Amino acid sequence: MRLVVRAAEVLGAERLIPITGAHVDSCLYHGEATIDFVDRLVDGGAKVAVPTTLNVGALDLLHPELWRGDPHPAERGRLLMERYRSLGCLPTYTCAPYQLASARPSFGEQVAWAESNAIVFCNSVLGARTERYGDFTDIACAITGLVPDAGLHRTDARRAVLVLTLGEDVPERLRESDDLYPVLGIVLGRRAGRRVAALDGLPPGLSEDRLKAIGAAAASSGAVAMFHAVGSTPEAPTLEAALQGAEPEETATVSLAELRQARDELSTAEGGSPGTPIGTVSLGTPHASLAELQRIEVELAGARPAPGVELLVSTGRQILAEAEEVGIAGRLRALGVELLVDTCSYIAPVLRPSPLPAMTDSGKWAFYAPANIGREVIFGSTRECIRSAIDGRLWRDAESWGGP
Amino acid sequence: MGRAVRGRVLAAGAASGSAMVLREPLSLWGGMDPETGELIDVRHPQRGASLAGRIVVMRETRGSSSSSSVLAEAVRGGHAPAAILLAEADLILAVGAMVAEELYGVRVPVLVLSPTDLAQIRQDQGIDISEAGEVALR
Repeated sequence: MRLVVRAAEVLGAERLIPITGAHVDSCLYHGEATIDFVDRLVDGGAKVAVPTTLNVGALDLLHPELWRGDPHPAERGRLLMERYRSLGCLPTYTCAPYQLASARPSFGEQVAWAESNAIVFCNSVLGARTERYGDFTDIACAITGLVPDAGLHRTDARRAVLVLTLGEDVPERLRESDDLYPVLGIVLGRRAGRRVAALDGLPPGLSEDRLKAIGAAAASSGAVAMFHAVGSTPEAPTLEAALQGAEPEETATVSLAELRQARDELSTAEGGSPGTPIGTVSLGTPHASLAELQRIEVELAGARPAPGVELLVSTGRQILAEAEEVGIAGRLRALGVELLVDTCSYIAPVLRPSPLPAMTDSGKWAFYAPANIGREVIFGSTRECIRSAIDGRLWRDAESWGGP
Repeated sequence: MGRAVRGRVLAAGAASGSAMVLREPLSLWGGMDPETGELIDVRHPQRGASLAGRIVVMRETRGSSSSSSVLAEAVRGGHAPAAILLAEADLILAVGAMVAEELYGVRVPVLVLSPTDLAQIRQDQGIDISEAGEVALR
């Protein structure tokens, strides 16, 4: 309770309001401090007061054999995940709780979510309301069932103050292509910082997976907790609605040149030109949806990754269960695809050691993997990633970005 | 001659040290190694700098909600910044500091200054922060 009250002071709230659910990120091991903290809660007999899902942890509890290296952090990571479960949290272990029908808050519901990509999805795509909560605060809100009445819990703070319009020079083909969205997210995060922005000029009715890609990247390059995509997100049927009838503080156009530069900066690998040998392809950050698993199967079209190339997809254990049921999981495994749950390939040491660059279709993975796991990264579309895995060399689809 | 400015206290404490002025926002998770205090974000212009024991000055943060844990873990091992000065309130860092104090009795003050006051601080400048939120620039 003290933590929630202190949070209210930081956010400038005058009162606390009840929540209907929480998503807790504190279950990922970052050293003994994370265990010292949860031990206080367990020793005090704490239990969550609202339905609470858990974010990814340090390891894949269903496939622990995938862990490589020192077993000690894996043991501590497992202990931390179990401690949070003992507080009454649900063992979902996914960064995409919004993919679980049982955990999706409805429009307007007040919740306390942590995990930067989940926060932005919750506010932007579901229209449910959360502030940008982090470790420790998330579980404190879940135990008390209360949050400060401040920030994005309040209607006025959800107004777009920045309008970013996609430039007319962005080709139609790129607007219809999946790889635009994580790159646009990187630009959004850089330009918005922590402000709420409205994206205008995008095709209406964007899929949840595309909105997920925008949000995850924007919450990596910036501190974005909410954005509006005009014609796609529920609080932005029109630009005027996203602005709540007020004038924006700033308007800007996102040009093809800015997008290309952001795309290029997502790759760290030297010589990342077509034909460069690659060692790894990592997909599913944030956790792949069933639709994304289906897309991977379609792109593979029965082909296997080249010998020596690892193709790994991270997903949630509930999505994996659905994928097992409909048969996709088995078919992907038969083609040599590794499926990882409960964690992510830039958190847990699961990738096969390789001196060659790793390729990803995730703006977030490209952002964090070089520092977290020390791999050079090449960013590309899902199609580019899968074709490259099959070829064992970087393949570029030159056409979607309007020529090379 | 030195001068003093007043900050809004998000996490209280007294601290002294030299300024590490970050030219771009940083996510502590994925951006600072809690075992050393080193800045490890490969895209950050100050990659390789040590934040341990420094008064870290940045306009705003970005990125991961795990940064609270990373700050607390850095405090546990003695590799945390001495203080953090921001121009925008940040709950994630404030809570990391609060929890670290509760667990380990070590205080890392987190304060918000006006953008103008924050912009005056020069790299390596000596800074003394009081319990009450007074920030003296030497």
